[in-house]
Amino acid sequence: MSIQVTAHYFAVFRERAGCETESISTGSTNAAELFNEVAARHGFADARERCKVAVNGALAHWDTHIDAGDEVLFFPPVAGG
Amino acid sequence: MKFSITEEPIDPAALQGDLHDAAAGACASFEGWVRNINEGESVDALEYETHAVLATSEGEKVIAEAFERFDIIEAVCVHRVGRLAIGDCAVWVGVSAGHRGAAFDACRYIIDEIKHRLPIWKKEHYREREAAWVNCATTGSDSPLPE
Repeated sequence: MSIQVTAHYFAVFRERAGCETESISTGSTNAAELFNEVAARHGFADARERCKVAVNGALAHWDTHIDAGDEVLFFPPVAGG
Repeated sequence: MKFSITEEPIDPAALQGDLHDAAAGACASFEGWVRNINEGESVDALEYETHAVLATSEGEKVIAEAFERFDIIEAVCVHRVGRLAIGDCAVWVGVSAGHRGAAFDACRYIIDEIKHRLPIWKKEHYREREAAWVNCATTGSDSPLPE
């Protein structure tokens, strides 16, 4: 069974995906599975362990469950300062 | 707000005014500047991108942690985003405390955590080749995280 979610991409992920957001019909049930799915499709090269995810406005763990209608934000490795 | 994101030039003198307190005997500050070389390559400019809401909430958490860990009086941090030129101040951290030890330690803690935790990304524009995102893999293999 698949659900509809919205993925948001930043920095290098946005450039690789060619868009800021996209609506995805997915069989993934948590943030990590969804990341693996979009990373394979868009050619994201960074290891997931070095990236971060936010679900519905808050930073989240990779094992966070995702539901229909969720907004999932994928952050590549950060480099502030 | 003790932490903020700005698109405007950072004014350290104005920010330092927020640290003043009659009980403060020490003030430590750190400025991160845009330099013209990184890992041997000439850099012309930097472009910072952020998720402002999450960066601000995480930045506020970092400063709250500094207040828990160190005996400090005031702490402020501002990170600039957008396109910056060589020599521009990209980030400013200032801490006041009764004594220098806590001021130095808290200042170091804040900048280190800001660099590692906040959703802020840096694109370097090189003189010799195409621009690239710092810390991000450019090929199929992952690159190590520089200090």
